[in-house]
Amino acid sequence: MRLLRLVVTRAAFYAAAALFACFFAVPLVWLLFAPFDARANLAVRLPHPFTLANFGKVFANAFAVRALFQNSIIQAGGAMLLVTLLATLAAYALSRAPIRGKDMLSYGLVLFSSIVTGTAAMVPLFLLIYSLGLIDTQLGVILVFTGGLLPAAIFIMRDFVDSIPRSYEESALVSGASAWGMFRDIALPIVRPGMMVVAVWTFVNVWGGFFVPFILLRSPANMPASVAIYSFYTEGGTPIITLTTAYSLLYTIPVLALYLFVNWRYGFRFFGGIKS
Amino acid sequence: MARVSFDHVSKHFGTVRAVDDVSFDIVDGEFICLLGPSGCGKTTTLRLMAGLEQPTSGRITVDDHDVTFAKPKERDVGMVFQDYALFPHMTIAENIAYPLKVRGTAGKDRDARTLDVARSLGIEHLLERRPGQISGGQQQRTSVARAVVHKPKVFLFDEPLSNLDAKLRIEARSFLKHLQVELGVTALYVTHDQAEAMALADRIAVMEGGRVVQMGPPLDVYRKPLTTFVASFLGNPPMNLVPVRLRLDGASARLEAEGLEVDLSAMRARLAEQFRDGAGLTLGVRPEHLRLVPDVGAATLTGTVYTVEPLGPETLITCTVDGQLVTARLFGDEPPDLGHTAHFRIDESHLELFDESGVRVVR
Repeated sequence: MRLLRLVVTRAAFYAAAALFACFFAVPLVWLLFAPFDARANLAVRLPHPFTLANFGKVFANAFAVRALFQNSIIQAGGAMLLVTLLATLAAYALSRAPIRGKDMLSYGLVLFSSIVTGTAAMVPLFLLIYSLGLIDTQLGVILVFTGGLLPAAIFIMRDFVDSIPRSYEESALVSGASAWGMFRDIALPIVRPGMMVVAVWTFVNVWGGFFVPFILLRSPANMPASVAIYSFYTEGGTPIITLTTAYSLLYTIPVLALYLFVNWRYGFRFFGGIKS
Repeated sequence: MARVSFDHVSKHFGTVRAVDDVSFDIVDGEFICLLGPSGCGKTTTLRLMAGLEQPTSGRITVDDHDVTFAKPKERDVGMVFQDYALFPHMTIAENIAYPLKVRGTAGKDRDARTLDVARSLGIEHLLERRPGQISGGQQQRTSVARAVVHKPKVFLFDEPLSNLDAKLRIEARSFLKHLQVELGVTALYVTHDQAEAMALADRIAVMEGGRVVQMGPPLDVYRKPLTTFVASFLGNPPMNLVPVRLRLDGASARLEAEGLEVDLSAMRARLAEQFRDGAGLTLGVRPEHLRLVPDVGAATLTGTVYTVEPLGPETLITCTVDGQLVTARLFGDEPPDLGHTAHFRIDESHLELFDESGVRVVR
């Protein structure tokens, strides 16, 4: 009797877990299969008939290709470099400088950051970018994303910078290093895992961001992939599933590649601390 | 090698006077220990020397060059930190070579010099490892290697032995002393361990509340402490300090407390000049200058045995005398039993007197 109960509860547990896993896995499986299916619809099924023609049509769309392999890369990459660089320097300054209430400042900034990239701030942001003459420029998009993501990035970086003992830096100074040399030789290598986390996180955020480029950009030549995907919709506004999925699959590859590269090269850690 | 001079140097953090009007000179090749309890300003003094802090006032010179506000890299010092501060992302070789690298020494010279130093410190087999993969003692040697590799003028140590276990500490202590003599480098060494200071220093500077209270060769400071603070800081166990009253009558002078009577008639004239009858003084005597005597007749100090601690070559006997704990260090004598009365004779030539403010009375 007890054995039966054990078996039943186990079975029920695995059934529930499988159902739960399916909920997340099915859309991914669909995204993997549908692009290769000549007659794809919303059902998950093995591609039949199997085809690569969908990708052919996607690559024939010069606007979408340019959006994915040029504009998205420029915008996400640009924001990634800017955020990572600025967040590292700012976190370093916040960690080391004797500023009163700097913890409150950090927390405050994080709260603000969620507002800046939010919909509510779009009108003032639009006006700001307009008066700066940066409407319909990639730089405008990069700056807005940088401003929005920087506070949280600084917050993440601070944990990494705080974990470096002061004596490391002092030891470098006494060894004869300049302030910049100390930062480059000691602090930077130690916080590099943190910089990688911030870089990938920023890239993913901008890569998937739709609203900001949609509002700030005008000409098709500047649109990123998140906006350009609408070129695979019919004029009636319904998505052409074969093409949107093919494009979406291509759309995920750079992010996956970046993540795998960083993980292989540096390893991911979401906390500070010295790995010796 | 260098002469170092601190001239009325002060360092204030807000209203706190971490270093308060400190002046001293270090001659070429001398080993100076800054000794004191935590918060006495010894580490700040060291950091002022390293250029990691800038003084509020005063002047610091090295070989007559004013370095008061010079950056660390302009000072040519080598420093060993308490936590060693080895760079975790660099190998031992890269750590040792770092001062050479930032000075732009060519790769070949750098490698040769690194190997040289590593060999002299017995860590040449660790060069490819990282700091996390070697023991505490090896980390300490690496840290020393990094501090000496560029042949600095002044060697700075910030409690470098405090993270080692007791056995290794004594070994490392002998090693550091040997190294300093061999290199002939001027050294400034911070510690709160009086035994370390005694063992290493050519001269000890005892610090209290940001000031240098006394500076001199270890045995001078040990034998003739200028204040009760220095007396109680040096020696393990430290000097016994017992409050006494001075009795001056006729031709005699005596120190009195319950269970204690010392005849100082020989120096009556000197005492009478400075003090009145009944003045409250503090008597100081080192544990090794108390001798166990069989009966009260010859005794100058009588107490009840509180603890007996046999340490091998010596035995420490602590007695309560007039509510105070007094410790005697005995060699070879059969120790008295706990709770019994013990009689001691104080060797008068080694007796020290301190006035009411705790300053040594010159005899």
